[in-house]
Amino acid sequence: MAKSKVIPHHDVPLDQIIKPENIIFKKTKLFTDNVLSYCPGCGHGVAHRLILEVIEEMGIADKVIGIAPVGCSVLAYEFMDLDMQEAAHGRAPALATGIKRTNPDKFVFSYQGDGDLAAIGTAETIHAANRGENITVIFINNGIYGMTGGQMAPTTLEGMKTSTTPYGRDPRQMGHPIKITELVAQLPGTCYVTRQAVHTAALVRKAKKAIRRAFEYQKANKGLSFVEIVSNCNSGWKMTPVQAIKWLEENMLPYYPLGDLKDVGLD
Amino acid sequence: MAKIAGAVVVDIDRCKGCELCVNECPFDVLAMSEDVNIKGYHYSYMKNPSACTGCLACALVCPDTVITVYRVKVPDTAKS
Repeated sequence: MAKSKVIPHHDVPLDQIIKPENIIFKKTKLFTDNVLSYCPGCGHGVAHRLILEVIEEMGIADKVIGIAPVGCSVLAYEFMDLDMQEAAHGRAPALATGIKRTNPDKFVFSYQGDGDLAAIGTAETIHAANRGENITVIFINNGIYGMTGGQMAPTTLEGMKTSTTPYGRDPRQMGHPIKITELVAQLPGTCYVTRQAVHTAALVRKAKKAIRRAFEYQKANKGLSFVEIVSNCNSGWKMTPVQAIKWLEENMLPYYPLGDLKDVGLD
Repeated sequence: MAKIAGAVVVDIDRCKGCELCVNECPFDVLAMSEDVNIKGYHYSYMKNPSACTGCLACALVCPDTVITVYRVKVPDTAKS
């Protein structure tokens, strides 16, 4: 981020600023007291927070059912003070289908990583989207299997080194990185498909608006809303968090460009 | 003299020292401590509190939501 040349200055003592009435940002109450189990700098924490803030702002906390995946966020139910259900690996959209069809008045979202959604759960993802199930899918894409030790995922970039591709991903052997969000956007059952990121403050604000819109679509019964969040895995990428977000901007974003891929309109 | 004065409070024991807030702060308010917290991480603190405008950048990128942000309007009569 470009540093501003003019550094502001104020002389207000800290004890006059740090008062409860002056709070403009604090942790949402929908977080439990548990410390997040993610590595330092992991984008999962921001994604969790944005979902919880949207749910809190919409006032639907008692109507939401979340589906936790298999992957790093397998313990999402430990951190989100919501009704949550754990799904078998990749099967979150199938489970969400069942929950939403039996409880059509609830808001159902699945929270899945790229190994979960784009590999073992490809069939469930694509068919739930094709059926136009009225659910929201939050897809965290960090291009690697984080939890199991940094193995290649379908979304791993060409030439990217992982523990199972130590010489870099070779598309002749391992295929090309899959743009599952573009695939899902083609299906008539989806109403809102977007790709966001959460590594800068401006992008966090945009991502929050996108998640809000996805839940609004679910409220309007328009079909499946799909939010991809391009995120970092500094442990799997073998980088510091600050290096990882720089690498993400230089390598992930050119292949996974941000923005709305589909937006049929809420009216 | 800024018209807005901000401040942040870091929940030191929950900070994991990722430095994303330091990287994101537009005015170099934050820095990493030399001390470590209960988990052994260097934590973020306000090194230059007088430059904070409460812009929220640090809090928005913090993956563990350890930052609480405060902001006040500075009355016009206040002079340095």
